[in-house]
Amino acid sequence: MSSIQKIDRRDFVKLFGLASGGIILGCSVASDSKGFIPIESKKGFHPNLFVHLEENGNVTLIASRSEMGQGIRTSLASAIADELEADWQYVSVVQAIGHEKYGNQNTDGSRSVRTRLEPMRKMGATAKIMLITAAAKKWNVAEVACKAENHFVINKNTNEQIFFGDLVADAAKVAIPKEETVQLKKVEDFKFIGKTLKSVDLKDFTHGTATYGIDVRIPNMKFAAIARSPVTFGSVKSFTKNNAEKVAGVEAIFEMPRLIPPTGKFFGMLGGVAVIANNTWAAFQGKLDLDIEWEKGANENFDSEEFKKILTKRVQKTGKLVPGVRGNVNTAFDTAAKTIEATYHVPFLAHAPMEVPNATAWFQGDKIEVWAPVQDPQTARSELAHFFEVPIENITINVPFLGGGFGRKSKSDFVVEAVAISKKIKAPVQVVWTREDDIQHSFYHATSAQYLKGSIDKEGNLSGWLQRVGFPSIVSSFKPLSDYASGFELNQGFTNNPYAIKNFRLESVKAEANLRIGWMRSVVHIHSAFGINSFVDELAFAAQKDPLQFHLDLLGEDRIIEGKSKFPFNSKRFKNVLTTTAKMANWGEKLPEGHGLGIAIHYSFYSYVATVVEVSVIERKVKIENIWTTIDCGLALNKDNITNQLEGAAIFGMSLALFGKISTKEGAIEQNNFFDYEMTRMKDAPKIHIHIVDAMHEPPTGVGEPGVPVIAPAICNAIFNATGERVRSLPLMDLGMV
Amino acid sequence: MDINLSINGNSHAVQVQEDMPLLWAIRDIVGLTGTKFGCGVSQCGACSVLVDGRLTKSCSVSVLDAVEKEIFTIEGNSENLEFLRQAWTDGNVPQCGYCQSGQLIAATSLLDSIEKPTDKDIDNAMSANICRCGTYTRIKKAIHTAVQLKNQTL
Repeated sequence: MSSIQKIDRRDFVKLFGLASGGIILGCSVASDSKGFIPIESKKGFHPNLFVHLEENGNVTLIASRSEMGQGIRTSLASAIADELEADWQYVSVVQAIGHEKYGNQNTDGSRSVRTRLEPMRKMGATAKIMLITAAAKKWNVAEVACKAENHFVINKNTNEQIFFGDLVADAAKVAIPKEETVQLKKVEDFKFIGKTLKSVDLKDFTHGTATYGIDVRIPNMKFAAIARSPVTFGSVKSFTKNNAEKVAGVEAIFEMPRLIPPTGKFFGMLGGVAVIANNTWAAFQGKLDLDIEWEKGANENFDSEEFKKILTKRVQKTGKLVPGVRGNVNTAFDTAAKTIEATYHVPFLAHAPMEVPNATAWFQGDKIEVWAPVQDPQTARSELAHFFEVPIENITINVPFLGGGFGRKSKSDFVVEAVAISKKIKAPVQVVWTREDDIQHSFYHATSAQYLKGSIDKEGNLSGWLQRVGFPSIVSSFKPLSDYASGFELNQGFTNNPYAIKNFRLESVKAEANLRIGWMRSVVHIHSAFGINSFVDELAFAAQKDPLQFHLDLLGEDRIIEGKSKFPFNSKRFKNVLTTTAKMANWGEKLPEGHGLGIAIHYSFYSYVATVVEVSVIERKVKIENIWTTIDCGLALNKDNITNQLEGAAIFGMSLALFGKISTKEGAIEQNNFFDYEMTRMKDAPKIHIHIVDAMHEPPTGVGEPGVPVIAPAICNAIFNATGERVRSLPLMDLGMV
Repeated sequence: MDINLSINGNSHAVQVQEDMPLLWAIRDIVGLTGTKFGCGVSQCGACSVLVDGRLTKSCSVSVLDAVEKEIFTIEGNSENLEFLRQAWTDGNVPQCGYCQSGQLIAATSLLDSIEKPTDKDIDNAMSANICRCGTYTRIKKAIHTAVQLKNQTL
């Protein structure tokens, strides 16, 4: 992209000359909030979407977002192809490097399609207009006499047609149409959008030829494993190499100090003892042979069971008031026919993507090249510039496929490690984490405790709602001593409680972080959806009402709540997913002995989701039989991909409900690998039924995460329905129910 | 030590430590990276290969155990694997794709031994393979599809 022309920021789409023949169009997407991780931002036109049309007809989209299984490469491409009237077989996708010119590349928050669909469509439409203009000139007819179809421009009068590729050279000379003159297709005319397109990467996925981070190979590269302190932020007191040096293939062993990030940004790295070898396994073996004495540091007594008790105690007492009080809960409680209270727990969780954290780096003095499976290549790049004092423009981050991410690969600690080692050994190196490293040194999904108190009035309606919540904040990973949940975290389901409750009060209690806290697929919504849906089910039982009807009553009249975003909350859409799912699950019909249905709804990433789970419970062992999920995510870009995401979310939610628990003793994580941090397997997998609401005229909203939060509460509500036993603390395995 | 590994019909003369697991010899020494590392302790199936036709977690057998045997990886070709690939494609199975090498090898092994597996057979055969993205429903369906494709063709 070296031949970028002079840019006028007022233009929406830009043409970039390209020496190799063909044209590149670039456009800029209004920046979406980066949240709490600031990166360098420079003013100027930074197109972040690119389409490359070649004379052979090939259309290449440069995907600026990381592919981690959410199908973004296919989805992004399909929107452009649709407006361009491209033949899908000519479309391919190239992964962008991490660079600010691509705008915000942080692949999280279920926002890639939400923020990029319209600009992608406009760019495709712009290219189409330019091709039509070029063809019209050739034929000497008006543009309106031409149309584009399936990679050709057609003369409507004569039915002559010209292949897109043959128009590229002339189209490059056409003035770019003004944004306001670019018309987008009507929903009824979509060819790819709202339909089903298979992944563009299926061939590689089924032949073992997709290159994930861990598959990157550089000539003369070394492999490294790192022994890190079992207690978070502990350091090496002393170590002996022991037999590690004698392991065939091991070439070097040295201590790496922790790199502490500056307050407010970046992730740094934990440090430890690095073993460098000529293959991965030798590095792993060498690491096992080290004898290290650790300085355990401030977290050495951290015991997660004790912490659970502390949090439980704290949520029983008045906490810090969170703005947004309505009415007076005490009055409601005093005048209630019935009040109930309950406390809920979710443990720490680890993402455990199938591809462990890894990064390949080559530090070459004044420049750094990295190949790493990162969700946020720009933060990685900025972070490297900070720690290694190399000008950011000399740092290249290549983004191979991610073998799952789920939020773990938003954090670039493993990239920093690889660069630190490469700098030291003056050679390219791949750092590979073992599965034990991954489970024991993650940025954990926080544990939480919630206390809820609610009141039912004489008519059996909910009259008061008090909720107190405590969980270590993600902000603690950027700013020490952040001991209360932050506003953006509470806004994931707690402060934006969707129910029409007259008397409402939310409080937050102190929760210190003794582990690195991060975000995991659907983040705080896991807590809020579990607490709220479980408690609504308890309230419905107390009020002797059907949970479905109770939810519907709570959602109240049809109402639209305008927020700060351009996605107002619409209770009607929420009620629709709820009733649709209930119908799919035959809610209300008699079930076999020992079976139960549970319902849960949740609004996250601006999408509306409802799930019904059917369980069977035999001798207190739970089997998930069926999961029905409906999502209203507005315009559904790639339907089968959305279905796949929601099927996956159901399994992900099951894993955390059934097995998910990271615990600590004396500061160290107790779990090791998949034998004690278990995952849902084929034999446990239920029948999954997904429905996508037809809302093609609404803007697109999140898909990757919103299917997760509903699963755990729906399972627990189903268990109650089947057995009368109420589960308030996850996971089920701890209760002997798996 | 110097050994010969026969992988997908090709012979590879390699130098390895004798206790190196087969997985790392395939990935780091021979350089075939389609076979994946997932757990290192035979818990997730990402490293699945066939050794003389037998389904094997390559992270947990020594490279020496594979000498003078035929190793089959995701880069290889067999009739059943081809039908499975087609079925995986028809069903748009993968999400991140990382575990799918192991899933396809395990499914190949299943079809090599049972011509028309039932759901129960699939549960039994495929439960050693973890998919964190959760594509189980599609994998199960795709295995049935592969059987259909095969019956239509033969």
